[in-house]
Amino acid sequence: MAERERRMTPPFGGVFQARSEVLSADDMERALRRISHEIIERNHGLDGVVLIGLQTGGVWLAERLGQQLQDIEGITPPVGTLDVALYRDDIGLRPVLPEAATAIPVDLAGRIVVLVDDVLFTGRTIRAALDAITDFGRPRAVQLAVMVDRGHRELPIRPDFVGKNLPTRRDEAVDVHEHGVDLGEMVK
Amino acid sequence: MRHLLSIEDLGAAGINEILDLSDTFVEVSGRSIPKVPALRGKTVAWLFYEDSTRTRLSFETAAKRLSADTMNFGVSSSSVNKGEGLRDTVETITAMGVDAIVVRHASPGVPWQITRWTDACVINAGDGWHQHPTQALLDCYTLRQHFDSLEGRHIAIVGDIKHSRVARSDLLAFTMLGAEVTLVAPQTLLPPSLEGWPAKTSHDIDAVLPSADVVYLLRMQRERMHEALLPSLREYRAGYGLTLDRCALLADHALVMHPGPMNRGVEIDPEVADLDRSVVVEQVANGVAVRMAVLYLLLGSGVELTGGAR
Repeated sequence: MAERERRMTPPFGGVFQARSEVLSADDMERALRRISHEIIERNHGLDGVVLIGLQTGGVWLAERLGQQLQDIEGITPPVGTLDVALYRDDIGLRPVLPEAATAIPVDLAGRIVVLVDDVLFTGRTIRAALDAITDFGRPRAVQLAVMVDRGHRELPIRPDFVGKNLPTRRDEAVDVHEHGVDLGEMVK
Repeated sequence: MRHLLSIEDLGAAGINEILDLSDTFVEVSGRSIPKVPALRGKTVAWLFYEDSTRTRLSFETAAKRLSADTMNFGVSSSSVNKGEGLRDTVETITAMGVDAIVVRHASPGVPWQITRWTDACVINAGDGWHQHPTQALLDCYTLRQHFDSLEGRHIAIVGDIKHSRVARSDLLAFTMLGAEVTLVAPQTLLPPSLEGWPAKTSHDIDAVLPSADVVYLLRMQRERMHEALLPSLREYRAGYGLTLDRCALLADHALVMHPGPMNRGVEIDPEVADLDRSVVVEQVANGVAVRMAVLYLLLGSGVELTGGAR
């Protein structure tokens, strides 16, 4: 019952219909590798770096980034997950999904937290994530890595690491999955 | 569904939905700062016309961990003593702007009646002998942590069935999730009629214990016993109390549950309450998370809680 119907709940629900491919699987792999290098460069190594994937789209990306960082530096940083549903300002419009768990493997005090998400849009998810992170400790710094920045920000938030800057219309939708990135529409 | 009045309204699907969500709040409760802003700006009022320690504290903790404001209403120190009726009290509280009213009352049906006088969500925290849905939910959640599924499990509910709202709610919840329930009590502590109750009954606890996966002990509610239902509590203990000797009849995996407060030495021996198989403390801890899930679903989620029964 619950889960599928909840995803369909307007205004966020609907079925994604792809119109064009933005990134292929190879393109995305290259983007992930570049972002990994940028994370290492920016932080002079991986000392104190923690990757936190935002539920649900950022979780697998954070894991993939973790693997890339392991390949490059020989160190796997701690990888956690964060569900921000309880911190949203539009709470009630997006449901809490029981399977979207929060698991922060280390104390965040003094660490460099890299938030990982698939698509950066209005910035409200990141705002909620910043609130949530503070409840887990006081990180030295918080950085943001996203696969796609599609614009239309409603808050003063910008990403530190971007896979692809993608100009979009507001009514379009972006789908990041394991085989690449597609641009299309949500069909009710 | 806007209110939580009876476990019957939820159905198996509704129960599972709440239990699934409770996992999220168990995780929140385990954090070093166990508080989320989900219900900021919402107000929850307690309307407790009967004594309660754990249910009220549990609801209060749940509401505060969700950042809701709480309004406490102690009947003994309120205008009820000046003769204010239930309806006026409810309408007064409603006029102050509350989002939810958690009510406990000695008369069955009071929570239903209240829904007609207020536009707030009403949560039944116990109405007379009738229902106590959040207790049943936290019991189901505790059982789910130990057994993958209740399907085919055998649960013995032992004790004062007649006066117990916990028994009535638990029986419905357990059977909706597929368990078989046996009610064990002397004839005087069973309801006059068990017609329509999806349970077997027994007067012999020793015969039931070996096949039970769970023994659910009820408190002897002496405050509700106005007739001479039992010769003495000592005799009750001899016939129905869970003693260490009786515990030896249980299967290794069997659990002992009790909704609290326990009368040690009456329905449960002091040593039994402290055994590993006794999950009474887990029940209390889970109560907070399950009540957070209930408050969140009714007040904050925007998701229509779809009862399976309707």
